[in-house]
Amino acid sequence: MSPEPALLKEQGANEMLFFFQNLINALQWGSFYALIALGYSMVYSILMLFNFAHGDIFMVGAYIGFGVSSGLIALAAWGGVAAPNWLILMLTIIFSMFLTSFVGMAVERIAYRPLRAAPRASAAITGLMIGMIMETGNLALLGARRVSFPALIEAVTYNMGGVFVTNKKIMIVLVSFLLMIALHQFVGRTRWGMAMRAMAFDYVVVPLMGVPLNTMAAMTFAIGSSLAAAAGILFGIAYPVLDPYMGILIGWKAFVAAILGGRGSVMGAALAGFLMGFIEIFVAMIFPSTLRDLIAYSIILLILVFRPHGFFGEPYSARLRL
Amino acid sequence: MPLLRIEKMTHYFGGLRAVHNYDLEIESGQVRGLIGPNGAGKTTVFDLITGIYRPTQGEIIFDGREIVGLKPHQIASMGLGRTFQNLLLWRYMTVLEHVKMACYSKISYGLIGAFFGTPRCHREEGENENKAYRLLEMMGVGDFADQVVPNLPYGAQRRVEMARALAIEPKILLLDEPTAGMNPEELIQMMEIIRRIHEELGLAIFLIEHRMRVVMELCEIIQTLVFGEVIARGTPEEIQNNPKVIDAYLGKEAVV
Repeated sequence: MSPEPALLKEQGANEMLFFFQNLINALQWGSFYALIALGYSMVYSILMLFNFAHGDIFMVGAYIGFGVSSGLIALAAWGGVAAPNWLILMLTIIFSMFLTSFVGMAVERIAYRPLRAAPRASAAITGLMIGMIMETGNLALLGARRVSFPALIEAVTYNMGGVFVTNKKIMIVLVSFLLMIALHQFVGRTRWGMAMRAMAFDYVVVPLMGVPLNTMAAMTFAIGSSLAAAAGILFGIAYPVLDPYMGILIGWKAFVAAILGGRGSVMGAALAGFLMGFIEIFVAMIFPSTLRDLIAYSIILLILVFRPHGFFGEPYSARLRL
Repeated sequence: MPLLRIEKMTHYFGGLRAVHNYDLEIESGQVRGLIGPNGAGKTTVFDLITGIYRPTQGEIIFDGREIVGLKPHQIASMGLGRTFQNLLLWRYMTVLEHVKMACYSKISYGLIGAFFGTPRCHREEGENENKAYRLLEMMGVGDFADQVVPNLPYGAQRRVEMARALAIEPKILLLDEPTAGMNPEELIQMMEIIRRIHEELGLAIFLIEHRMRVVMELCEIIQTLVFGEVIARGTPEEIQNNPKVIDAYLGKEAVV
């Protein structure tokens, strides 16, 4: 009757629990990366251009979400309506996605449409500048202070056989999945989705089939931006402190995910976003967390050395596809 | 009144005069041909009509409306269909999707309708799908409907392109070398298809072709374009015996 086997078993069980605990964190971070990466990938496939302002559109989306939810809460209080928080959250996500889509369309109209025939490097630099304008514009507008996203969800922790899951995490992952399924349906089945996939091939035939190019470009930016806004709000729910530079690092990481998934691939961008979440979280599980990005991105670099076109990518091609 | 009338159309690429004083009249249901040596500006004429380039001078009246300055998608939606010399198909999309895509301008339901799956959305999608299948059957590529384009033999790809051009419900069809690169068997099939489109759908057809045999058999009136200028026009027999045309093709001496 030595205690050791029991202890070992206990340890093994703990490791399993630890694994599942991290799995949920990885899914949450993967959701953020995937939602943002989709915007990069879709825009790239039709304009042959990474929209480097996309990370900052994520930031703007989070701030718009902050504004909309604060507004809705104030409105409910003023009207004396006892609006449940989940309703406010749902409305916040819908309104903010809608509003942020106009930010995306404005970026396309102002920064990219005039440069459509210009060298791609010029357009990419324009995107970087638009990003900086958004960051500094936010600073100028709201001042150098951080704002707190309203706590719309009261954290409830469920103990599922030793794994602790908060309702926030479940909600974040669920909403992201729903949005991705909706996007998949949209790109796969509707006439606009088809037009986007066709536009990824050429600008010559598509208009001759009666499709307005500018409308489609604007719509692509609108969709990418609204997904980034959703990511921003979900991020604000998990990490409620917003600052004007919050979009930079997460934007770059999602950009890596878009490359890793294979430019233009909807499925690839989503899967690679989740994969990055997993790599980051599980590296942090094994190594000291200060080394997390160093090791995680070395792994991703290695993957790209062997698969330079990403998982679902093709050489010399970045066509939009499912 | 002619379906398509072009008057004194001239186009410059920088200092290069690609098309000069080009005139054309096509009534609905007529078949016209455009021949000429390589680089004569034939495809440029198509690009000008379809709005890809805006002519430097001249006017184009289609279906009673001046179309110079309109966007390509607006011109296409008015009923002007076109195929391309170098097959421009979309590699990741199925044959059926190619044709459904071309119904874009015929669909009236909006984003909200699509999101909620309204009855009108279902009805229109169903109609489009039926139309697409019908066109594919007509072109003899119905069996390939769910395949992606690279799986198809070359001749079949050409016919998919034709079905796509027909899906926008054109009044006139511009065919840019529809038999380019085809073997004799595919060539005969294609000529048969063009004849059927003309007879069954009653479409006007404007055809660029290199192969004399095709133009001679299909077209009532032919224009010969050399260095952007029409040097001869007439019936196939007249063109065949026109010394200027013979010179341009055989290159005995420069004729302009």
